[in-house]
Amino acid sequence: MSSTTIPTIEGYEAVIGIECHVELTTRSKMFCGCANIFGAEPNTNVCPVCLGMPGSLPVPNRAAIEKIVLAGLAFGGKIASFSKFDRKNYFYPDMPKNYQISQYDLPFVQGGVVTYWLPDGTRGTCRLTRIHMEEDTGKSVHASQDGRIAGSTSSLLDFNRAGVPLMECVSEPDIRSAAEAVAFLEALRRTFVGLGVSDVKMEEGSLRCDANVSIRPCGSTEFGTKAEIKNMNSFRSVHRAIESEIARQVDLITRGERVIQETRGWDEAAGRTHTMRSKEQAHDYRYFPDPDLVPITFTDEQIAAFRASSLSIPPQQRLERLIEEDGISAVQAHQLVDTPGLVAYYDTAVERSGRPQATLNFVLGDLARLANESGTPVAASRVTPEAIAEIVGLSESGKITSKTGKELITRLWNEGGSPTEIVEREGLAQENDAGVIEELVREVLAAQPKSVADVRAGNKNVLRFLVGQVMKASRGKANPVLVEERLRSLIAQE
Amino acid sequence: MSLPTTARAIADAVCRREHSAVAFAEAALDALQRTEPKIGAFLTPLPDLARAAAVHVDRAIAQGRHLPLAGVPIALKDNLCVEGTRTTCGSRILENWVAPYTATAVERLLAAGAVPIGKTNLDEFAMGSSCENSALGVTCNPWDAGRVPGGSSGGSAAAVAAGVAPLSLGSDTGGSIREPAAFCGIVGFKPSYGRISRYGLIAFASSLDQIGPFARNVEDAALAYDIMAGKDPHDATTVDQSAEATAAALPEDLRGVRVGIAREFDLKELDSNVRAVYEQAYRDLERLGAELVEVKLPSAEYGLATYYLIAPAEASSNLARFDGVRYGLRVEGRDMRETYDRTRAAGFGAEVKRRILIGTYALSSGYYDAYYVRAQKARTLISADFARAFERCDVLACPAASSPAFAFKAKADPYSMYLMDYYTIPMSLAGLPSLSVPCGYVSTEGGKPLPLGLELTGSLFAERKLLAAAHAYERGTRHIERHRPEVFA
Amino acid sequence: MASEQINIAHVAQLARLALTPDETIRFGKQLGSLLEHVRVLQSLPLDDVPATAQVIPSRNEMREDDVRPSLRREVVLAGAPVSEGVYIRVPRILGEDA
Repeated sequence: MSSTTIPTIEGYEAVIGIECHVELTTRSKMFCGCANIFGAEPNTNVCPVCLGMPGSLPVPNRAAIEKIVLAGLAFGGKIASFSKFDRKNYFYPDMPKNYQISQYDLPFVQGGVVTYWLPDGTRGTCRLTRIHMEEDTGKSVHASQDGRIAGSTSSLLDFNRAGVPLMECVSEPDIRSAAEAVAFLEALRRTFVGLGVSDVKMEEGSLRCDANVSIRPCGSTEFGTKAEIKNMNSFRSVHRAIESEIARQVDLITRGERVIQETRGWDEAAGRTHTMRSKEQAHDYRYFPDPDLVPITFTDEQIAAFRASSLSIPPQQRLERLIEEDGISAVQAHQLVDTPGLVAYYDTAVERSGRPQATLNFVLGDLARLANESGTPVAASRVTPEAIAEIVGLSESGKITSKTGKELITRLWNEGGSPTEIVEREGLAQENDAGVIEELVREVLAAQPKSVADVRAGNKNVLRFLVGQVMKASRGKANPVLVEERLRSLIAQE
Repeated sequence: MSLPTTARAIADAVCRREHSAVAFAEAALDALQRTEPKIGAFLTPLPDLARAAAVHVDRAIAQGRHLPLAGVPIALKDNLCVEGTRTTCGSRILENWVAPYTATAVERLLAAGAVPIGKTNLDEFAMGSSCENSALGVTCNPWDAGRVPGGSSGGSAAAVAAGVAPLSLGSDTGGSIREPAAFCGIVGFKPSYGRISRYGLIAFASSLDQIGPFARNVEDAALAYDIMAGKDPHDATTVDQSAEATAAALPEDLRGVRVGIAREFDLKELDSNVRAVYEQAYRDLERLGAELVEVKLPSAEYGLATYYLIAPAEASSNLARFDGVRYGLRVEGRDMRETYDRTRAAGFGAEVKRRILIGTYALSSGYYDAYYVRAQKARTLISADFARAFERCDVLACPAASSPAFAFKAKADPYSMYLMDYYTIPMSLAGLPSLSVPCGYVSTEGGKPLPLGLELTGSLFAERKLLAAAHAYERGTRHIERHRPEVFA
Repeated sequence: MASEQINIAHVAQLARLALTPDETIRFGKQLGSLLEHVRVLQSLPLDDVPATAQVIPSRNEMREDDVRPSLRREVVLAGAPVSEGVYIRVPRILGEDA
């Protein structure tokens, strides 16, 4: 449903739907009181319930259900007035009961729309089919050397993750490219993190996603045969896997072969997908209502109260405003919104400085670089948004050079302090005095006769070298515009 | 000085410090020793636990605490988890499993001063009506060792009938308390679904399973029920309404009580001597002041078909966890798949396998709507029939089983065994409180008396009314006092 | 609910039960006969009847998000058929489908 045309490969269009599992950040697990924390000692957060011991029974976690409701509302989904839990039956050693408590026909959330922007600023939307609740499985550590399932002689099981609350978000096949798929996932992540429903860390497995990919001739409205891609461990691998799968399918079709419906795994190292399970081997999950649990209902009043209690401006809406109203580039807007605490920092700084673009340049330029290098978030640094506003003011009014501005930020990052005081105390104000500048220029010209000759011979680049030399002599304070002007006229005179 | 034998009298005696809990525990353990060779009611006697619990009770009483079941020995069906004890479900697959936690119902009884003396035999995973499906032991009927005690809670029924303990716990999914109570000549009570927490009861069919007591009289059953009933934060299907005490002020007659007799459960099909007992039971109800009214349960005849789809479907899923991974038996194969197949093939008996297969089939793709969903809809009709019937009556009366206890191996065909639950299944499907109370005897060819049970059923959550009626009937007939079983402590 | 032959081998596979050839035949017959009996449900007019999953009228039974003590790992590992270090060990898992 992108509003712009998506580049196609040899006359084909990709049709992509995403299914992702998101672990919810609750204190305890979905159906028992064991702690829901990542990285604990193996098999320490387990009890009769999450180990599926005989006689144990599940009792659902209210907070987890409320988080799904908030997630659904954030995308305009419809919250079910009546929903229930079902059992999904299949055998796997990391699944303690050999059935997973899930939701089949009456999920907590149906519908909703996710909006996203590509780096070039084009806007896309993807409808959500549903968001439902599940419990996570344990983890197997495979004993083989290459870390793969097949071929290992045994597996070791850790059930700490078993029973962690999961929400499964299923999209409609509205996505048309790998880039859109990543933008869609980033929109989910932004929203879930913003709402506090999940930390959405793909590397820790708190977001896991599968993609259903098919292709069809451009202009066709029918769907092609889809393949389900699994084992994508980062946004980057989602991008690569989808691109690779589209290319594989286009290649098959153009060679006159057929795409078969199957599950394919993404091999990060090989950079391609491979067959995992064909449709004939599909599971028969034997879903039926879980008799250990009772239905969950919501009244319209309760849903309205949830809506009111969610964040006033969820990050997704904020992003939309930055791009569509403030005219900030999609790339910069994403950077602001997707860095924790940064958009609030930016808001405070702009409020003081009154100059959005100049503020944005300092925040996303020097500050973001320092944050990146040091690992300290901008919002937690010694550089306050008020200080940034001061630097913007000093710089925009010509009181300091932009170079001094950059140096100030680095100093404040390390030492803190007031920019205005530092500028005054240390005489860092920009040097605009024509006499002082002329003296500096003459000194440089006298020391660089060869460069002067080169400029006269027509080599413009050397002029910039000379400007740099003067700036250096002024310890960065000289007004570079005046320096260049004076250089030109003096070289021309002599 | 002889010791009192009812739960109430024992608790009173211990609370008044006339006898110690330890004395009752020793007496029960002694009775267990003497009767076990003949009836085999127990899979795991718990002498150490019993003695420790009794000492603990005596200490609490000495500190001035009042415990409503102080020192009362209880036997527990071996599908109830007790922390630190072997809990087998009568199955090879759990033969050596030690439960790491205690069932809520058991915990409540223990907190009330009850003393657990052992875990009793059952049909494997509570699937059966004779106890013959246990993989771990044979239990005989105390009235005639050549006959079954009924099932699936046969061990718990036999232990109480033989006077080993005044109270025991069973579980009832389609009749597994009521039928063995009838076969063993004692009271067996299945409360409404949702009344007693299932937490720690190893599931057979979750929407039907319910824990309940066996006792030698209604009052003791009510006493145990009062303690176990009520909401449990560990079981989302327990109901909120706090259970009203039923054991206090039970009436002595049935004046003003309308007893419904369902046309569909007429007695014509029964053997004449069995029929005569039930006809007398109905006359006794009237004699005691009840008004007999005819009611209709037109869908009840579909109970068996409905039950034998729903219960196996749930069981197929509930029993999937027995896979040799985290606990219980493992028969290791070359890979995980083979390990599952072998473990489950070796660990489950034939009846359990049959029910897993039928349940898996009923839920499988292409058959779900035709079997499972149809059964769920039939369940709606059956419940609605009962709701209509209870507009016209307070309790329903019918036989608890169509015959007295039968001989071992008499029901070799699975379906003939399933028919044993004909009178108990519809009530289970509707979740109703239902019990069996002794209502007379027939004689074997050898002249031994064999007890029969009258099944009384109340409307959902109307335990108080039901127990009141059962108590009045029991007081007005006193069948249990007429004969003693062949094996009695 | 037309009369059908149960594919007992397929059902046994779904249920992860290895059946002997004798069991396959015997259970096949017994289940076929049981299905004959349950076919009586076919005669009931059930189209407009709602399904009953549970007999109790309860709704919204939930627990608060509080952490409670877990089992001790020694207890968990001691109860497992085979453990290795801090893990439960199982034979190799072949592919996606175990």
